[in-house]
Amino acid sequence: MIDQIPLSYYLLLSAILFTIGAGGVLIRRNAIIILMCVEMMMNAVNLTFIAFSRYLQSADGQIFVFMIMVVAAVEVAVGLALLVELNRHREAVNIDEFNSLKG
Amino acid sequence: MQEILFFVTATLCIVSALGVIFNKNVVHSALLLLINFCSLSVFYLMLNAQFLAIVQILVYAGAIVVLFLFVVMLLGADLGEDVSTWLTGWNAFLAALAIIMLTLVGTSVFESMTQGQSGNFTPDDVAKYGQAQMIGITLFTDYILAVQLAAILLLVGIVGVIWLARSDSRDLILAGKALSNKTK
Amino acid sequence: MANFIWLVIALPVLGALFNGILGRRVGYQVVSMVGPAVVLAAFLVGVGAFIDVLNHQGEAIQVHLWTWATIGNFNVPVTLLVDPVSATMVLVVTGIGFLIHVYATDYMVHHDHDHTHPDRDFARFFTFLNIFIASMLILVLGNNYALMFVGWELVGACSYLLIGFWYDRTEDPQRAIEIDGAESVSIPSLLSPAASGMKAFVVNRIGDVGFALGIFLIWSTIGSLEFTTVFEKVHELDHNTISWIALLLFVGAMGKSAQIPLYVWLPDAMAGPTPVSALIHAATMVTAGVYMIVRSHAIYNLAPEVSLFIAFVGAITAFIAGTIALVQVDLKRVLAYSTVSQLGYMFMAVGVGAYSSGMFHLVTHAFFKACLFLGAGSVMHALHDVIDIRRMGGLKDKMPHTYRTFFIAGLALAGIPPMSGFFSKDEIMAKAFEASPILWGIGIVTAGMTAFYTFRAIFIAFHGEPRDHHLYEHAHENRSAVTVPLWILAALATFGGLLGLPAPILNELGIPIPHLLDNWLKPVLEIAHAAEHGEAHHLSFMTEVVLLLTSSVVAIGSVGLAYFFYVVNPEIPKNLARTTRPLFAVLANKYYVDEIYNSIIVQPALNLSKTMAQGVDMVIIDKGIVDGVAKVIGMIGGLLGDLQSGYIRHYALATFIGALLMVGYFFFR
Repeated sequence: MIDQIPLSYYLLLSAILFTIGAGGVLIRRNAIIILMCVEMMMNAVNLTFIAFSRYLQSADGQIFVFMIMVVAAVEVAVGLALLVELNRHREAVNIDEFNSLKG
Repeated sequence: MQEILFFVTATLCIVSALGVIFNKNVVHSALLLLINFCSLSVFYLMLNAQFLAIVQILVYAGAIVVLFLFVVMLLGADLGEDVSTWLTGWNAFLAALAIIMLTLVGTSVFESMTQGQSGNFTPDDVAKYGQAQMIGITLFTDYILAVQLAAILLLVGIVGVIWLARSDSRDLILAGKALSNKTK
Repeated sequence: MANFIWLVIALPVLGALFNGILGRRVGYQVVSMVGPAVVLAAFLVGVGAFIDVLNHQGEAIQVHLWTWATIGNFNVPVTLLVDPVSATMVLVVTGIGFLIHVYATDYMVHHDHDHTHPDRDFARFFTFLNIFIASMLILVLGNNYALMFVGWELVGACSYLLIGFWYDRTEDPQRAIEIDGAESVSIPSLLSPAASGMKAFVVNRIGDVGFALGIFLIWSTIGSLEFTTVFEKVHELDHNTISWIALLLFVGAMGKSAQIPLYVWLPDAMAGPTPVSALIHAATMVTAGVYMIVRSHAIYNLAPEVSLFIAFVGAITAFIAGTIALVQVDLKRVLAYSTVSQLGYMFMAVGVGAYSSGMFHLVTHAFFKACLFLGAGSVMHALHDVIDIRRMGGLKDKMPHTYRTFFIAGLALAGIPPMSGFFSKDEIMAKAFEASPILWGIGIVTAGMTAFYTFRAIFIAFHGEPRDHHLYEHAHENRSAVTVPLWILAALATFGGLLGLPAPILNELGIPIPHLLDNWLKPVLEIAHAAEHGEAHHLSFMTEVVLLLTSSVVAIGSVGLAYFFYVVNPEIPKNLARTTRPLFAVLANKYYVDEIYNSIIVQPALNLSKTMAQGVDMVIIDKGIVDGVAKVIGMIGGLLGDLQSGYIRHYALATFIGALLMVGYFFFR
């Protein structure tokens, strides 16, 4: 069963999703939304991997996606835990209020 | 048939993605993200990656989005920001232009990178042995080290989250706060 | 036994390790057993090696131990060479070294109302002495220039360590010399031991640079440093190169053996403990230069101009040092200048090609000068470190053993027949006369001065009325650890002449006594002998006898003059000092050589160092380069720090821009 959809369609969709995610990271101030956008970017990449895996008929891309999912799960867990912790003390999730890394 | 499914799902995917970033309500954003993830799993199915499609639903929709919702619940849903201050028509036009330009550039670059090594993961084999089984064999033979590392990573993540969630870790963060107040 | 010759080096090293590591813990009695014992053992091994060489008819024995370094075709074997010359040196070094070690076991202990106070660093002293013995033996036993250089530097280091042994003592001002009816002559104060050690070390470095350059030149022209190879191939070189090698090696000898212009360190080296002065700065280390030239005679035979230069440097040094010794008031300095003077004789000998005569004088000088120094030390020990002869007097009854041995050794130094010094010095004089009557003339004048100043010191210190009654009352003869070595050395100083009786004269008179040392060294110095006989330029019997008689008369006359001046009529030297006060002041101030060196070399060097340290190093390098680099980096850091806004969005934007640039690169490539 050879798929009818060309590879470039998937790549284009993936690029659009990635860019939307990146834009979200840049324009939103809510830390939760930013984390969501990061997840979205990762998913865009996952889509690319799977598309290539399909067209190259190789399982490696899917393994990558699997690993990315593991990392994403951990990342979200830790990131949200940090967020909760930050919110406890700053009573805010607005990242513009956190600039103590200023040099 | 396939194309129709693709374009419908793609539209759903892009719209929900835009909804995530342009929505004022965080709960709505999270729900739109759920739609986005589900539509991606449709693509995975279309790409003959049934195992990952299920994992996508389980992990992203079932775990991650729920986690987001939990956090929103913990922190209160009124954390949204006023999007109207910066979301003007001109800005939206520019953003759309940028997105289109970037995607075109990105796609053409990715397209030029298709000279990868072909594998033996043919649809026939998949039909014969089953998707999940083949992934499992590859995962636990060629990529066993990566699996082990992923396991360790998960463990570290669990420990880290537990430590962060402990009540007495506040002291550390208070110290950080005092420091940042001083530098202000 | 010669195959075990490495033991003579290993034993003192072992002793040094023991004394250095455990010395403080085991107490001074054990150290005073171990220190001399290892040297005695080394001496016995040396005697064994000596007998071996005797049985081999003087054939050289090479004992290869290991190869030190092989880089390309540069090869430094650690091979010990046992031949008549080195065997003689081994015996002198270990033999006299042993006697001086024994002497030092008492000298380094202060006796005070039946209490004994060993020196604070008793063990350190014996550690250094043992290291010195080992180093000196490396110097004389090495079969190549590299090993010799190692020993050469090691003895220099030991000399430095031992001169500055009492590093916490300060400069010692000397009382001005008063002259009745004229202004008194002020004399410079004695340098502190630490400063003296540094002076010796630095002056020796100047010579060592020359020596090292000479070795480099040998290596680059001949391609080997082993004596046998070098001496075989040296005649293939052109005359200029040979002369340069000879001259550069002699510069090293100038430093080590205190010849003009590098002799200035030796008198100040007397700041060290007296056994050190006796062992290192009279008997052994300072003769290393003479040994080196005797060893390299194959080179010097091919460089007659340099040899003649050496002879004249030696003669002039002998004369200058002799004149300074005439008016010194410090007993050890009289002896120190006398050492410089006698070393001048040795260089005169080797300069005119009389290598065995040089060695002969080296050996006899080691005997009588060690004895004199130890005698001076004995006096110091009895007088609680007073060394100014103006505070002594009349000591001959208080210290009979010291007086007698000092007198005997003084006779030997003065060259009174039939003491050892007479034969060795006369041999040099005869050989010098053969080469150039001018050398002989300088030599005979110096010989007269030698006799005079030696007995001037003896008469002032031991005869007459005590000048410092307090000191006189406390003076006492030392223990047997001091007096026995003195007597042994005095005996050697008396009978050492038997090693080299004037064979030409005796044979002429029908007494078939050979020149023992000459015959013994002949295998090594064969080439030199061949050259000598080739010229067939021998003095007639009558000339020899006349020279012999002349020097005897001069020596005895000078002793008589000293007796007349300082015992019979003490007014004469005072009047003489008054009438010739300017000359007297110049001599008492050692021709102001130290002051001249200080103003033309030391001060400019110090100023240059100061400029380099404070100007170049502290300002340009420290402030300019080092601090500058830090400041520039700090400035860049400050500028880059402004980029760190602390807002996550900015970092994310930067990351995306970077990613975009990479994508753009692939796109537009």
